[in-house]
Amino acid sequence: MSDDHASSLISAEVRHVEALLESRGLLGAGEIDTRIDEFLAGGTPANGARIVAHAWTDPGFAARLLADANEAIREVGLSMAGGLQEQRLKVVANTAEEHNVVVCTLCSCYPIALLGPSPSWYKSEAYRSRVVRDPRGVLAEFGLELPAATRISVWDASAESRYMVVPRRPAGTDGLTEPELAGLVTRKGLIGTAAV
Amino acid sequence: MSRTTELAPGMRVRTRATDPVGHTRLPRYARGAVGVLVERAGAHPLADERARGRATEPHPVWHVRFAAADLFGSGDHTVTVELWEDYLTPVEES
Repeated sequence: MSDDHASSLISAEVRHVEALLESRGLLGAGEIDTRIDEFLAGGTPANGARIVAHAWTDPGFAARLLADANEAIREVGLSMAGGLQEQRLKVVANTAEEHNVVVCTLCSCYPIALLGPSPSWYKSEAYRSRVVRDPRGVLAEFGLELPAATRISVWDASAESRYMVVPRRPAGTDGLTEPELAGLVTRKGLIGTAAV
Repeated sequence: MSRTTELAPGMRVRTRATDPVGHTRLPRYARGAVGVLVERAGAHPLADERARGRATEPHPVWHVRFAAADLFGSGDHTVTVELWEDYLTPVEES
């Protein structure tokens, strides 16, 4: 959700329910905060960068990643099972012909447990409403000017899957190690609003 | 849910056009539109029913690809939306 809810009606209701659960001994004091901290502890864009760098250097892994991302990321010690249940991860790869960009038009779905909290612009009404209609224009505002011949595929996270983009490997990076390659990948690149 | 045709990748489907009273995960811009099934995205309890506090079994979910021109009247891109099978009806190929 895009707004600060600290003083909203829903926040008051949630605090009330939390207090009731605690008073009846169903929930320990501060347990929800602890669980949220645990959920977020491992999430960082560095995980996505590591997955991308491995896909760039290992075509077999790249193929497995696109076919079944949940299974493939276990090979690099990562998992989508950090929450109450494992979330499905769908990974899409940019090519010379096609560029992918991810949005959640209904709210702000994002692979938080894997990549950490989403950027504020991802949750903004402007991004969510405009990128499905005019992705080329929105990407240009991000500084990403795509060739006219490049097809754009927008992915709307409207149900239970979470999405990640594998950017194209930059030219002139043949000599780099996998950690050096990972250092090139940005959070915007993993969403599709930057080239890398 | 009764369905006479099994859905499969490559099939053309039309999305539900109605505006339900409560929660749904069929975005407004994708209502009453024709798209192509890309891939199954697992099966999950129908969000519309869960939001109404009803127990629900997992229902199949699909990635459905639409041409932007079919959704918005313009644009050369595609939009792939993740939709429960409940929202979809196969389009008869003539």
